[in-house]
Amino acid sequence: MSTGLGLPAGRLAPRGGWSFFWQMYRGQFATALATQVAYRGATLIWVFTSIVHPLVSIVVWRSVAGGGRVAGYDASGFVTYFALEMVVNHVTFVWIMWEMEWRIRTGAYSPLLVRPVHPIHTDICQNLAYKLLGLVGILPAAVLLVLLFGGDLSVFTTGSVLAGLLATALAMVLRFMVEWTLSLAAFWVTKVSAINSVYFSLIAFLGGGFAPLAVLPGAAQTLAWWTPFPWGNIAWVNQVVTGRAVGVDLVRGYLAQLAWIAVALVVLKLVWARAVRTYSAVGS
Amino acid sequence: MKGVVNAVRHHLAVVGSYLRVGLLNFVQYRTDFAVAVANALVGLVTQVIGLAVIFGQTTQLNGWDHSGLLVLVGVFFICSGLLGLVIRPSMQTLMEAIRLGTFDFTLTKPADSQVLASVQTVAPQAATDLLVGVGVIAWTLVSDGQGLHPWQVGAFLVALACGLAIIYSFLLMLSTFSFWFVKLDNILVVFEGLFQSAGRWPVSIFPPWLRLVLTFVVPVSFAVTVPAQAIVLGVDGATLAAAVGVAVLFLTGSRLFWRHALRHYTGASA
Repeated sequence: MSTGLGLPAGRLAPRGGWSFFWQMYRGQFATALATQVAYRGATLIWVFTSIVHPLVSIVVWRSVAGGGRVAGYDASGFVTYFALEMVVNHVTFVWIMWEMEWRIRTGAYSPLLVRPVHPIHTDICQNLAYKLLGLVGILPAAVLLVLLFGGDLSVFTTGSVLAGLLATALAMVLRFMVEWTLSLAAFWVTKVSAINSVYFSLIAFLGGGFAPLAVLPGAAQTLAWWTPFPWGNIAWVNQVVTGRAVGVDLVRGYLAQLAWIAVALVVLKLVWARAVRTYSAVGS
Repeated sequence: MKGVVNAVRHHLAVVGSYLRVGLLNFVQYRTDFAVAVANALVGLVTQVIGLAVIFGQTTQLNGWDHSGLLVLVGVFFICSGLLGLVIRPSMQTLMEAIRLGTFDFTLTKPADSQVLASVQTVAPQAATDLLVGVGVIAWTLVSDGQGLHPWQVGAFLVALACGLAIIYSFLLMLSTFSFWFVKLDNILVVFEGLFQSAGRWPVSIFPPWLRLVLTFVVPVSFAVTVPAQAIVLGVDGATLAAAVGVAVLFLTGSRLFWRHALRHYTGASA
């Protein structure tokens, strides 16, 4: 059995098995992390720009709340919300839609497609590596925001934070799959920026990036919880971490996340199968 | 005097031909225009919904009411369109050209290098933002039944010109740093992030230290808040005079810095 890399066959686990995936992920993750560390300056700049949105949101919603409460949040509640939003957005956010457009427009996707494993694994590794490195800047920045503007930390308990970690992990999986599927639009349309702006506008309002869902009008809130957006984003994680969702609500929420992940997986597979068939490198 | 007039005429001719080439380039890529229109409209709808949500919870934000903030959003779009038309793309090209060494060709052309560098790339699709901005302001004023005094329009135009001059000088100084530090495109990203986020709100809602940063260090708020104020609340002569003073200061500073940098330019390969 040849590996195609001139390596002795015995050093690679058989394809498709768990140990094969483990080996592949270790290798790809190490490469991705090394790349991110090499471009740490760019990563730092991105971290810096991601502080701007929560900072401005805190200022705006603090002014709205004034001395009172808005939809259950007072000024310090908003500070905590947006500091948390920054962290959750950092770990769930995906930039693949721009990358995919570039890959297809320049033909850079061709070599990735002929690799013996699904290209999504490379993207997952790159995404995780970026997030891991970025957290080094994001976590202190969140603490800084809380200290600077006087955030309310009394809402956190050990239990709610642990439950929130699980909700965040599921949100990461869901949002990654949704946005990876969305990025496949680039196979059909070479200019995807309009599709992206609509998507980002929707996720801002329905996912909680703009404000806690509780400030939206009642009907919009109900509608939002029936879409996948809050389940892959801060809106749901916030409910869990701040102890707003407990008991039956908590379990129901986890189930909703799992259900949306299942739906996203099916859609992803269907769209991917069609996308690859459509693919012809630009210039061919 | 005649010399100055001729120089200005020469500059205008240069700027005019660059704009014409930019427009011709753009006509080749008509889909870009449709995409720009779609993006501008989505951006506008997002902003309008956001304000509606906020004003569902309060009646005023630091002295600005709902229609006042709509006007501010309009001014934001106008600024964003005017910056995106020539200044921002040209500065991007400039940084790239300094890195690649093609900036040498700009220097050998028989016209002022700063003028050439500042107008070298034109992105006419940014004009959609400009139109959206004017539309929002007109619609807000008409639906409020509010007229505009000629003095207000004049103050608005002066404030807008000053704001743009300040941002232009700031971006030029930033790009000029690429003579020494080659990889600075990311700094433009930071500016863009601040402008897109903080520029949409009146500078008065920020705490004092942030207000100072947004006015002097990264001057994004000046260009949006003061012109919007001219329409919504009115500005006095002193504020306008200060705006003109700061703009002249920024323009002179960036010009001097540009000339200083040119004297130290050695080319990318040297």
